[in-house]
Amino acid sequence: MIGNGSTRLLSRNFAVDNMATVDVALKHGAYEQFKRAVKMKPDEVTEIVKASGLRGHGGAGFSAGTKWGFIPKDKFPRYVTVNGDESEPGTCKDRLIFERDPHLMIEGALICAYAVQAERIYIYIRGEYFYPTRIVAEAVQQAYAKGFAGKNILNSGWSCSIHMHNGAGAYICGEETGLIESLEGKTGWPRLKPPFYPAAIGLWGQPTIVNNVETLAFVPRVLEIGAEKFAAMGSPKNGGTALYSLSGNISKPGVYELPMGTPLMDLLNKFGGGIPNGRKLKAVIPGGSSSHILTAEECENLPLDFESVAARGSMLGSAAVMVIDDSVSIPKLMHWMVRFYAHESCGQCTPCREGCDWLLRLSKKFLDGTARKSDIDDMWELADNIDGKTICALGAAVAWPTKSYLVKFRHEFEAVCKN
Amino acid sequence: MPISESLKKKAEEIVFRYPEDKRASALIPLLFEVQRELGWITPEAEEWVVETLGVTPVRVREVITFYSMMRAEPHGKFIIQFCENISCCLTGGEELQHHLEHKLGIHPGETTKDGLFTLKCVECLGGCSWGPMMLVNEDQYFQLTKERVDQVIDGLRSGTPVKADHPTPLLGNVAGEKV
Repeated sequence: MIGNGSTRLLSRNFAVDNMATVDVALKHGAYEQFKRAVKMKPDEVTEIVKASGLRGHGGAGFSAGTKWGFIPKDKFPRYVTVNGDESEPGTCKDRLIFERDPHLMIEGALICAYAVQAERIYIYIRGEYFYPTRIVAEAVQQAYAKGFAGKNILNSGWSCSIHMHNGAGAYICGEETGLIESLEGKTGWPRLKPPFYPAAIGLWGQPTIVNNVETLAFVPRVLEIGAEKFAAMGSPKNGGTALYSLSGNISKPGVYELPMGTPLMDLLNKFGGGIPNGRKLKAVIPGGSSSHILTAEECENLPLDFESVAARGSMLGSAAVMVIDDSVSIPKLMHWMVRFYAHESCGQCTPCREGCDWLLRLSKKFLDGTARKSDIDDMWELADNIDGKTICALGAAVAWPTKSYLVKFRHEFEAVCKN
Repeated sequence: MPISESLKKKAEEIVFRYPEDKRASALIPLLFEVQRELGWITPEAEEWVVETLGVTPVRVREVITFYSMMRAEPHGKFIIQFCENISCCLTGGEELQHHLEHKLGIHPGETTKDGLFTLKCVECLGGCSWGPMMLVNEDQYFQLTKERVDQVIDGLRSGTPVKADHPTPLLGNVAGEKV
């Protein structure tokens, strides 16, 4: 069974000593799938990934193979960018891929680059990941030394280079067009849509695939076990497994690789060891801080896949599950949450730039006892004025949780109001 | 302070990562390297970056002021980035932050009088399952307690730093069995 610790798919070599060293990685089958891929037609590779049901693990959950298929037929050069900005609060799984099995991610990026016939790969890693960056940079050098990158790779006639690029502290650069702007040496202001995907117009105006680290790390495994088996592992339309980042008020926090569609309460109780200190579950943030909060009742019978969590009115996002026990005040949680967005709003769109700051000011009133009941409605309206009125999804990312905290836990906000 | 030969060499290496006519893409990595070597981005270094990449001064200014890790003024020898996001707060981060402030005798954004420490309270550092966490310069420290924070600070004060959490410990079922 996948997920019990013995047959993990992506993370199965995380505990291997020196797995970041290419010779060790090669002994564990690294680059074998890449060698197979370059013998196929590029489109064949894309079709396999499409059929596997592999979804984007960065947050949006878009079909990886479909994204690759958006590359225009006759526009060159093309690029692949690994999105390692990992900065959605609660998310801490790409860090482990970088540190524990970087060659798996590099192999996945190479397979992707071959499938779309890209000539360059950029590995974009957030600036705060100093140690992970060092490990990945070293791994890239070793991949070159073994002939997996550079000119005429494995005598396929195809050439591709791999380059490192660090961010410097900006949540917005996880948004794929913000990331591209940052790669071009600019502030990370997301681009206007359409085009909806940088596959057509991306880095330096050229076709570009931007995929999350985990998504790309799954690609060699898809080829290894085959699309059909991968698809069968998860739930309908959600292929394979996922790395769930479990944090907050939980006995055994950590990263859990489990099949897509694993019930939330299994993750919390069977794997996470339940709520510590004799406390009770109050709420769960299921997919990073941008997702709607779920009450304890809403957590029951909930399979953790994109469609099921969406049907419950939230989103799986980056599968970052934050657990909140009954000692935590939701107005306080609100303050921590909006403080993040107020700090990280890039300032491009007025509703988000101004709105986040006002949300932060109002959230403070619920902590110092100066809030009135009208502030609850003002916060809801502010959030509503951001929702859907910005260039990128970060607007919704603050509006959705704000509204959900206010609606589902209104009584907690009212309880601390003066009148 | 003149730009060192090592920094010039590093600049060449960074610019080489991008197509010849896309030198401007090197801006963020190059500024990062400047502050790694000089401690902060001095006005002279900023000018040098403008010349090296052939970009406008305002473009460089824009980038420096946009990204929170860019330092346009001198900082302490050790820059502490302490996470104040949800997961770390849920696991006692706020109380620990107050402990750290008290221990250093400074508020967030300030530098100790001896020039040793600058404290920054920052948003999510991607260590949520290992919270509370902090970065000291390039070193990551997880699962912080008051005792651990004291050890880290005392170690840096006495010149005998405690070992950072490199690599990140495996928590959760990804730890699996040791192979």
